[in-house]
Amino acid sequence: MTAHTAAPPPILTVANLSASIAGQQVVEDVSFEVPATGITAVLGRNGVGKTSTLRAILGLIHRRGVVTLAGERIDGLPTHRIVQRGVGYVPEDRDVFAKLTVAENLALAERDRNPHREFVAALFPDLVARRNQMAGTLSGGQQQMVSVARALLNENRILLVDEPTKGLAPRIVGEVADALAEAAKVVPILLVEQNLDVVRRLAADAVVIAGGRVVHTGRAADILADDALTTRLLGVSGEVHT
Amino acid sequence: MSSLVLILLTGIGLGALYFLVASGLSLIYGLMHVLNFAHGAFLTLSAFVGWQVAQALGTGSWGSFLASILVGAVVGAVFATVTELVLIRPLYERHIEQVLVTVGLSFAAVALFEGIWGTDAINISGPVWLRGTTEVLGAKIPNTYWVLMVAAAIVLAALVLFLRKTRYGMIIRAGVENRAMVTALGIDVRRSFTLVFAIGGAAAGIGGVLAMHYSTFVSAHLGSTLLIFAFIVTVIGGLGSLAGAAIASVLVAVLQQFANFYLDGTGDFIVVALLAVVLLVRPRGLLGRAA
Repeated sequence: MTAHTAAPPPILTVANLSASIAGQQVVEDVSFEVPATGITAVLGRNGVGKTSTLRAILGLIHRRGVVTLAGERIDGLPTHRIVQRGVGYVPEDRDVFAKLTVAENLALAERDRNPHREFVAALFPDLVARRNQMAGTLSGGQQQMVSVARALLNENRILLVDEPTKGLAPRIVGEVADALAEAAKVVPILLVEQNLDVVRRLAADAVVIAGGRVVHTGRAADILADDALTTRLLGVSGEVHT
Repeated sequence: MSSLVLILLTGIGLGALYFLVASGLSLIYGLMHVLNFAHGAFLTLSAFVGWQVAQALGTGSWGSFLASILVGAVVGAVFATVTELVLIRPLYERHIEQVLVTVGLSFAAVALFEGIWGTDAINISGPVWLRGTTEVLGAKIPNTYWVLMVAAAIVLAALVLFLRKTRYGMIIRAGVENRAMVTALGIDVRRSFTLVFAIGGAAAGIGGVLAMHYSTFVSAHLGSTLLIFAFIVTVIGGLGSLAGAAIASVLVAVLQQFANFYLDGTGDFIVVALLAVVLLVRPRGLLGRAA
């Protein structure tokens, strides 16, 4: 007799999610699941609705459909309640508070009684040194670190991370990817990312969106290995860059 | 020389009054993007209730004067809080409707105040010192202006301390920059809306009681008259910028006083012209954020 280990249930389930901004539909009937461990990438060409999907899950834009977090529906909750249930968010373009210091940006994000300050300080020692600097005066990479650090301060059940390497220098891309890899050891991540090298390095699974709909799901490595598929769905070759 | 000193100091004193009203307007717009036309009603009710308290305690004493200011601040804060909870909050994110409801409240409040306290202005009195003057470099400055300056300085210092040193202050500063991101950190930003309304109402309440002493009367229209200039300094200072409101309050009031003295009482016209120039040349105001 063979013992079977059942896969843990998904941490996040999205079913028939639609969303609109100013009356225009930006996400259409999207359904997918996010496993309870590792990084799941959301892939697609520019403007297909990846960012909007994340924002719809968080309730930052008007949406319909069912979203469950660890089996519990969250689609009827306001954004702050969804986040309080353990959904960390790293937005596209960082969205740090420019006129607040680094320390204030981080303090504002602390929800838990015992925030993970040591973990974040170890991951981003540069931020400790710059704690009294206005966040608006940081470089793009440093702002991204603030943005990621804000999400890592709390005990989250999932992180929604939107284009964390966008516009960053190659060396900084590596540092951000390292931080996400470290974070993924303790919390599952739903990652929107255009940089396929980063996806290849980090993501186990992937969801591909086109025209506001999910058009493909599977192992990230398999999708990226299929050059015809990536060219058709992502508009780029999935070949490894050396 | 004495004329210059008189115009300058009375301008700063008048600017202090504008700031007391404009500070709340600016904070409310900065965080909530609501132009609060009911702000004048907070001011007027505070002045009426403050006056009644002063009358009950004896209008000539400093104790009753300070008590009327304190009561005015509380009345303004409570009125503003109720307004936010009952009228503004149900219209969350519907900015046009929020503005319209504040316009409606401002009209209704004036009618209500006229019904309670009558349509005629009521002359008021206070401590004898307030009716006197203090000489500075040959200029006799009415003492009410000193009180306005001290009150505005205290309110400004208290607001800056609150915004810099408290968690709610931090939330408000962050919310002025990016409200959606504040909610995405798990913070119920609507609580800050109520708080900002209460703080703005309290500042307007203090302004209302002091405006009453500055004008030596109280009427149902006290708030609406001041609100116009408060809006002007809020726009010139940059909507949402407390520092901008403080600087613009003094600039506008000093300019107004100079124009009144040297250009045949054209102060109000000059101020409106300045507003037009700022809107054309620098629409975000002195310290406002670029759109």
